[in-house]
Amino acid sequence: MAEPLLSVQNLDFEFTLRSQVLHALRSVSLDIYPGESLAIVGESGSGKSVFVNTLIGLNAPNGRIAGGHIYYHGQDLTALKTEKDWKSIRGTKIAMVMQDPMTSLNPLKTIGYQIREAVELHQNVHGEEAKKVVCNLLREVGISNPERRYKQYPHEFSGGMRQRVVIAIAIACRPEILICDEPTTALDVTIQAQILNILKQMKEKYHLTTIYITHDLGVVANVADRIAVMYAGEFVEEGTCSEVFYDPRHPYTWALLSSLPQLGVKGQDLYSIAGTPPNLFHEVHGDAFAPRNPHALKIDFVRRPPVYQVSDTHFVRTWLLDPRSPHMEAPSHIDELRKKGRDMKLNIYEKPVLVKAGEGDGEAAGMKKSDFENGKDE
Amino acid sequence: MVKYILKRVIHSLITLVIVISIVVLLLRQMPVEGYFNNYDKVSETQKYVKLQSLGLKDPAIVQIGKYLNQLLHGDLGTSNKYRENYPIAKIIARKAPVSIELGLLALALAILIGFPLGIAMARSTKGRWKFWDKFGTVLIVIVQAVPSAVYHILIQLYGSEWFGVSMLYDKRDWRTWILPVISLSLGSMVYYAMWLRRYMVDESNKDYIKLARVKGVSSKKINSVHIFRNAVVPLVQYLPESILFTLMGSLYVESLYSIPGMGGLLVQAIKIQDNTLVEALVVIYAALSVLGLLLGDLLMAFLDPRISLTRKEGSRSS
Repeated sequence: MAEPLLSVQNLDFEFTLRSQVLHALRSVSLDIYPGESLAIVGESGSGKSVFVNTLIGLNAPNGRIAGGHIYYHGQDLTALKTEKDWKSIRGTKIAMVMQDPMTSLNPLKTIGYQIREAVELHQNVHGEEAKKVVCNLLREVGISNPERRYKQYPHEFSGGMRQRVVIAIAIACRPEILICDEPTTALDVTIQAQILNILKQMKEKYHLTTIYITHDLGVVANVADRIAVMYAGEFVEEGTCSEVFYDPRHPYTWALLSSLPQLGVKGQDLYSIAGTPPNLFHEVHGDAFAPRNPHALKIDFVRRPPVYQVSDTHFVRTWLLDPRSPHMEAPSHIDELRKKGRDMKLNIYEKPVLVKAGEGDGEAAGMKKSDFENGKDE
Repeated sequence: MVKYILKRVIHSLITLVIVISIVVLLLRQMPVEGYFNNYDKVSETQKYVKLQSLGLKDPAIVQIGKYLNQLLHGDLGTSNKYRENYPIAKIIARKAPVSIELGLLALALAILIGFPLGIAMARSTKGRWKFWDKFGTVLIVIVQAVPSAVYHILIQLYGSEWFGVSMLYDKRDWRTWILPVISLSLGSMVYYAMWLRRYMVDESNKDYIKLARVKGVSSKKINSVHIFRNAVVPLVQYLPESILFTLMGSLYVESLYSIPGMGGLLVQAIKIQDNTLVEALVVIYAALSVLGLLLGDLLMAFLDPRISLTRKEGSRSS
């Protein structure tokens, strides 16, 4: 695979709230490759937004990077502190489309002004010429009659139209990476597909690398090449779309896919994951998902799992792939997905390869065979 | 837009006519002594003749009509007791300029200090020490919590000593204006600071500010173009009213510095039962309120493009 465009290594991020420390990201690593479309999925509060906000330095002021690095074009973004430092990244290299188009535009400024602000900052054109660029952008995102629309205010646009304007603003920055933070969540279902299409067109046209944050797996299937599954501030599984959908390995991914209404059987209750995500104010021991995981091993409760590689592109953080673990039956609908996966001939390694040791792994730690027994029996 | 303005003007006129009618009707309920300078000494017939000549024996609707007509011609009537048979317009013309002058100076001072203080407070909430926010909060709490009579006296006492100026107002010596202007401005100064800070903090947490930052717009520009512009709209609504109300003067500050302004006039008129003067003053203050609201709304519509939309959906509740 090519050199990563952006490489996040062992990133720790903390928030301090009333002198308590919340570990929003716990030693997160992820590579983003040029031209790809990556989707980050996970439930609310798993740290998806914190992760992408860290990439553009826009987390709340009570947050801080507690460790790790973000390499981008040979520069470590974690070293950037002031607004001046970020000037060469924000907008210039990384732009963003946010969740709610109803609130992401200034109500007192015309659409034209707000797009032109980005054009003038990043394309070095001004005056009438800038206006022309703006009108072209409006046309590109599918807004007709741009000369008239240019002078209108956000309240004269519908939600879908406003999201097009937000996309136009992002494109006007001429970024290399476009972050889409739940770009369709606040929109009408009928509009969602249109917005995703525009985003896809823009990606092709401007050779963007896109990062989607979403909890809509339908959106993921539609736009993503690669998926990273996030839980409680860490990535638990990462792989291409077909790998994660048709050969999921982490129990959390199993649970997530089982919750898809499309996989439900008519007449039966829809699957839901019992319990709630862990409180990140406390230190998490072992696998954060263990308390909610029906397949949890004893060791899951005490030691952080290692990362295994199951194919060139597929990484999973779980003890289940340890050779000492018992064989675990995946839920029945996951098995069905896997059957389909076998037909796709995914290029899976014969044996998972350990790429990052688990916490206290190895002979010295004195782990016993019994640690790998099913922890839920007792 | 023109339609919106017209509609608002017509609404205001109707309100004003209703207010004037109510004032006239209420004042007719007052004892008739208020129309005589020497009530005890005149005979019943003389009283009747005078009341009739004043039109007070007419049916209520006629009286209201006459009074409105009189107002339309710019006539506020004559005083009965304050200065017998002296035109009320002249009384006001002597006193109002003093109040307006000091009031406008105080308002300007309030804005000049209150706005920057509010901005500094809002910006410092993002900082580490929050110095301006803490400083401003202390100031606001003091001004709001301490009874104004107390700090007005303190300002007069210590101010006149420190600056070596007279404790009383003198029209020809501008230095004697300083203390009353400071006293008059404190209330609205902390009001502007408090609300501007609050609205700016609100706005700065909104999504469009984040989007502007993602765009790469500088903090300075975000603060002025995006945050301040949005935060100031709800405050600006009260600006015309504040300007117009300077005409009323301040009862307490004016008496403290013996300023010959409008401050005590209404109270005095009520005390001596000068009915026509009370009537004129109440009508003027009512008109100022209505006009202030109207101008405030129009200013809002001018500043906020969303507001003119409401003309299609009927009237805006305030």
